Amino acid sequence: MKVRIKFSKVGPMKFVGHLDTMRYFQKAIRRAGLPAAFSGGFSPHMIMSFASPLGVGIESLGEYFDLELAEEENSPLDLYALRERLQAAMVEDINVLAMVRIPEGKAQNAMSLVAAADYEIRFRPGRAMKGDISGKMGAFLKEKEIWITKEGKNGERQVDIRPYIYEMEERGEAIFCRLASASGNYTRPEDMMRSFIRFAGQDGEDVSFTICRLEVYADRGDGETHDFVPLYALGEDEGVKAYREEGREETSVLPGHKSENEEPEDNAGALSGCEDEAL
Amino acid sequence: MRKLALSDDVLLSVDKAARYIGGEVNAIVKDKDSVDIRFAMCFPDVYEIGMSNLGLMILYDLFNQRPDVWCERVFSPWTDLDSVMRREGLRLFALESQEPIRDFDFLGISMGYEMCYTNALQVLDLSGIPLKASERTEGPIVIGGGTCAYNPEPMADFFDLFYIGEGETSYDALFDAYKENKKNGGSRADFLRKAAHIPGIYVPSLYQVSYKEDGTIASFTPLYEDVPQKVARQLVLDMDKSYHRIKAPVVPFIKATQDRVTLEIMRGCIRGCRFCQAGMLYRPTRERPVEELKESAREMLDGTGHEEISLSSLSSSDYRDLPELVNFLIDEFKGKAVNISLPSLRIDAFALDVMSKVQDVRKSSLTFAPEAGSQRLRDVINKGLTEEVILKGAADAFHGGWNRVKLYFMLGLPTETEEDMKGIAHLAEKIAETYYDEIPKEQRHGKVQITVSTSFFVPKPFTPFQWVGMGTEEAFIEKAKVVKAEVRAMLNQKSIRYNWHEPDVTVLEGFLARGDRRCGAVIQKAYEMGALYDAWTESFHMDIWKKAMEEAGTDLDFYTTRERSFDEILPWDFIDAGVTRSFLWREWQNALKETVTPNCRQACSGCGALAYGGGVCVEGKD
Repeated sequence: MKVRIKFSKVGPMKFVGHLDTMRYFQKAIRRAGLPAAFSGGFSPHMIMSFASPLGVGIESLGEYFDLELAEEENSPLDLYALRERLQAAMVEDINVLAMVRIPEGKAQNAMSLVAAADYEIRFRPGRAMKGDISGKMGAFLKEKEIWITKEGKNGERQVDIRPYIYEMEERGEAIFCRLASASGNYTRPEDMMRSFIRFAGQDGEDVSFTICRLEVYADRGDGETHDFVPLYALGEDEGVKAYREEGREETSVLPGHKSENEEPEDNAGALSGCEDEAL
Repeated sequence: MRKLALSDDVLLSVDKAARYIGGEVNAIVKDKDSVDIRFAMCFPDVYEIGMSNLGLMILYDLFNQRPDVWCERVFSPWTDLDSVMRREGLRLFALESQEPIRDFDFLGISMGYEMCYTNALQVLDLSGIPLKASERTEGPIVIGGGTCAYNPEPMADFFDLFYIGEGETSYDALFDAYKENKKNGGSRADFLRKAAHIPGIYVPSLYQVSYKEDGTIASFTPLYEDVPQKVARQLVLDMDKSYHRIKAPVVPFIKATQDRVTLEIMRGCIRGCRFCQAGMLYRPTRERPVEELKESAREMLDGTGHEEISLSSLSSSDYRDLPELVNFLIDEFKGKAVNISLPSLRIDAFALDVMSKVQDVRKSSLTFAPEAGSQRLRDVINKGLTEEVILKGAADAFHGGWNRVKLYFMLGLPTETEEDMKGIAHLAEKIAETYYDEIPKEQRHGKVQITVSTSFFVPKPFTPFQWVGMGTEEAFIEKAKVVKAEVRAMLNQKSIRYNWHEPDVTVLEGFLARGDRRCGAVIQKAYEMGALYDAWTESFHMDIWKKAMEEAGTDLDFYTTRERSFDEILPWDFIDAGVTRSFLWREWQNALKETVTPNCRQACSGCGALAYGGGVCVEGKD
């Protein structure tokens, strides 16, 4: 059976890269004694799929990977207990927030589902943008096109990211944004911010910020309109119903979601729980 | 949330920032106010290399068993961070607390190879600790250890003391002495003087060296009567009770060179190869009990979550319970998708059988280390591996499905002739022929692939070759050319690939390995001129070292090519390493006579290790 695991990765752990995070979880799953399923062959590996790579230096409260577990017939796995065990194998600043069962048949893995992600951007003390950020943001979003330079395997290319900025607003001290994150339109929050800072006519060297990913979404829309649903809510467990019935703020009913991890999303000023440390 | 020593800006500007953040699984964090001694344990190379060092992990775990000690780790910052730290005046810190090394009680630097010497200076320098021990009035006591501590003299200027031998025995006494001295308000010098009385501790500043006109040592004497003449190497004799068994080694975030559980099964080696420093130094051979190893394997796999376990010893095939251990590992862990890695196995029927179970035969290669190309030279170095055994092993392996073979040799061994060099190519050719003779065409999976690698021989202290002259860079290159030409002249040359090691690094290694106190000036100059990460090909610059030698007025040949006489006082003679000087000399004479010395289980060769009264020397005698 397949489970989807949601975790946070904050503080110093933001410097652990994507591949190393995968290796970290492979070892953590063994330490926790989770009944992981393995591929065949001479060097069997765990069957896991990470949703969306996170850049080094970015914190996150909404990371995902799918994991195949070997479930014996007539003895269903207790996901709550498994989550607790995995959490007990974590280091400080990486926390397992939820573990939900993924319905059989809907074999789409976490990575192919990703359509968008929310980010919280905070300026470092003394290095914020100047002036009326809200006003500048309004003007920025009124632009028809926002071109940035992307560096890829085949050199640089120009991309218009305006269609990929789904939301952007000031929330307390922070900037909140929802950006496209599918494989064809993945938009890096730092690129968007650099573009915004340039647009606002400010010196990029003076401005410095931290980024925290808050959530990753699939798009259940019809192609015309978006219907973003957090990846955990696509599982079979309570989370789906909760999200559908009570709206996206209600993440605390997720199985195993510890109360100390609860951070109401609309609480301005304490948006994320990604700590903003003065460095 | 933990506070890091380096800012986000710095960490984002360097490669693999996770090298510097600590916080790994099983890293030990204590309340600094609850301990009396803060120890920074350093391996002076990059994190991935340092974290692969078993000795370091043992000491880290051992020290932290003491409630009054907090031992943390520190490694060499990579060159990118090194530049940033110098530019911005940042101080080196320990990974766990992220606090400056400068404020610690001890800085222990483990030196596993000579090429890390400049990195040891980097660690001192970036920590803000004066390079020379004589210039230190405060700050941590700097301790050296590891294999290179068996000739500590080239680094003597930079260390307050050295620990000679295995760490399990004397550190408690050292820590207690430190606390006692602190309590009594004693000075740094008072502590060092007391430490010199602890078995295995060498305090360089308490010894004086004088030299003859020809540059050799005239005398090596303690400055005070109470300071011992000889320093006795420390070792664990009871591998059951005194060996420090780690339950849960630290698990790095970034992939370490050894990204696996390392299970040390044995210390020492019965073989007595005359070029091998470890084989001479770590006598007597001491096995860990197999039941203990089984428990330990399970414990460490559970505690780390590693997906691989590797056996560690100098010669695993000589571990008497190897079949039982290996079969246990296969039965117990293969089904849990744990890879089992078995390095340093002699290729025989047993080895081939277990290797076919634990690895993909198609993708793996067999390794032989004949070390010399002819039987004559193998007898000189006492490498008890005959051509017959190699060819038989290879034939069996080819029948088992392998078709890749790696062969390791050394060039520049004592008494080597051109025939011996050419013998390397001939042996490779015979192995290739064995493949084509033994395996019918229809059963072959392509050509046999034989990789021949040669390194250049470095005479090391405490070996029978400690007196011999080493080859020059030019001579080494000539030797490699002879082998290369001969390989090309072989019938099956297309199946044979030949690699050789860089000769200039080898020459420097030879210089540092048998150097004396005066070499410290060269090391310091080289470091100050930019030498760093000398173990890394891309950052090694021999020209810096040559310039440093020139400026220091040091004659390279004096240390490398010169043959020493029996009577010469060697810089490391003050260490009692177990093997006696007379045994080593006898073995040198046997080498010249091409006489083979039996291994420790066949007959005692009277090396001196019997005096310890343990291990192989007393096997079956209780």
